[in-house]
Amino acid sequence: MKVSPALTSYLQIGPLLLVLLLFFGIPLLVVIAYSFFQFDGIDSVPAFDFVNYVDVLTSGVTLSLYLKTLYYAVVVWAITLLVGFTVAYFLAFHVQSLIWQMALFLLCTVPFWTSNIIRMISWIPFLGRNGIFNNALIGAGITQEPLEFLLFSDFAVIIAYVHLFTLFMIVPIFNAMARIDKSLIEAARDGGATGWRIIWDIVVPLSKTGIALGSIFVVTLVMGDFFVVKVMSGSQSASIAMAMSNQIAMVQYPPAAASAVILLIVVSLMVAAILRVVDVRKEIAG
Amino acid sequence: MQKLQTGKRPLSFYALSIFFGLFVLFLYGPMSAIYILSFQGPTGGLTFPMRGWSLHWFDALFSQQRTGDFAGAFTRSMILAVMVLLLTVAISVIAGLAFRRRFVGAAFVFYLAVASLIMPGLLVGLGVGLTFQTLGVQTKWFASALGAQLTWTLPFGMLIMFAVLSRFNRAYEEAARDLGATNWQIFLWVVLPILFPGMIAVALFGFTLSYDEFPRTLLTSGAANTLPMEIWGMTTNVTSPALYALGTVTTLVSFIAIALALGSIAIIQWRRSRPVGNVSSAKEPE
Repeated sequence: MKVSPALTSYLQIGPLLLVLLLFFGIPLLVVIAYSFFQFDGIDSVPAFDFVNYVDVLTSGVTLSLYLKTLYYAVVVWAITLLVGFTVAYFLAFHVQSLIWQMALFLLCTVPFWTSNIIRMISWIPFLGRNGIFNNALIGAGITQEPLEFLLFSDFAVIIAYVHLFTLFMIVPIFNAMARIDKSLIEAARDGGATGWRIIWDIVVPLSKTGIALGSIFVVTLVMGDFFVVKVMSGSQSASIAMAMSNQIAMVQYPPAAASAVILLIVVSLMVAAILRVVDVRKEIAG
Repeated sequence: MQKLQTGKRPLSFYALSIFFGLFVLFLYGPMSAIYILSFQGPTGGLTFPMRGWSLHWFDALFSQQRTGDFAGAFTRSMILAVMVLLLTVAISVIAGLAFRRRFVGAAFVFYLAVASLIMPGLLVGLGVGLTFQTLGVQTKWFASALGAQLTWTLPFGMLIMFAVLSRFNRAYEEAARDLGATNWQIFLWVVLPILFPGMIAVALFGFTLSYDEFPRTLLTSGAANTLPMEIWGMTTNVTSPALYALGTVTTLVSFIAIALALGSIAIIQWRRSRPVGNVSSAKEPE
């Protein structure tokens, strides 16, 4: 039996497309449909009503939730970018042995393949009132009283985010940096450029696709998070997704779906803004 | 900054090394603390000091009263992770092959996969959960949760296959064809062996991302919990080192998976890099 090349392509892509449509495409449409349903206090009633959107958009809570979540996203983005860039720069330009480079890179990526929840809770014995930090600070005589702001605070939330998400910056930035022609750096140095000039004028522009990809990952992860903010803030802070998960827990699906659609629009706009600054399409499409 | 090639390291190398060291400490320090704390004595608490050493909390994990159905959740998570692994490898490989040819709709599938990758997990879970509810089908960990997890592992698998296939030399296939191999023989004896290390990498992502998946599984696993859900339940209910014991056991499984995957890739690459001694060993091994 002879199969035409075009048909072969579709047979080969079929399973991927099927899974994505069944468990991503259609569910997304279902969420959009539910966002127009009415909620009568117990059940979701099929309808075409904007009431959920009106409720979300006119609620005073929504704005403060978005401001809080955006605050987390911006702070975490800035920290992970700085740390991720520095680590990737060290790996790409200062570690010369390829084996060492690979080994240290893997050291940074191994936590990605372990549980996020476990990595998050591992901060609890560190940051608590009687935690390792406080004991160390008191032991060293730096403070008399344990610091209260360490756990169940914005500080704890941001530390956990940085801990969980920095490798999403390191991997794409390292990838981009590894492709930079080393002779460019040599040429700049021979031309008398300082280390900072080389970083700013050569390394940063040539690794901007990696920076953009990492930024997309970090921003979308923080914007969609509900469990880190819940545990690490001790339920004292909130994020958009956490408010949504509370609505879902109370089976208020239509309002939750409306929040989901609005969140999706906001996140898409943020991704679009990043893509406007840096076109990463060539990068990921090979 | 001096030349990188010269024997003497520039000052920035040492500064960056220290930064990198601190980052690794930041990455692994808290995790190590909970592994140690999981061996607390029976009277020990959630933080240091250690009150003796024991396996008490691992014991508590398996005695159901305290922690829910750990053994059942563990079994389900393992089965689910293996299912996701097999499907992710199979679907990603053939999808990767499809993308080597141009076909109408390739860009659509590609962007659908990328959107699926960065979609907040809770929204995917909400969508799949609502879709099943609308259809009147009960959510089950081996159906709805399986599908929801695939929307996250398949894009990773696809991107890894892109990277692997971009270095794939098609001359091997043409040589096999010239020697009279059928399409199926070429796939089985030429393409698959060459792609094998990449497939192990995809398998690693499939297994670990499923095994630790939380936001997409939360609303789709139905009545029976998977392990991350069990851990999540414990973070809010259990305030004993049993939580850390669970963390230690879970992470051990992840580490075994990572070691198996990276170890076998390293062995394969090492065998391939060996010089070929005689003609008979030049034959591609199974």
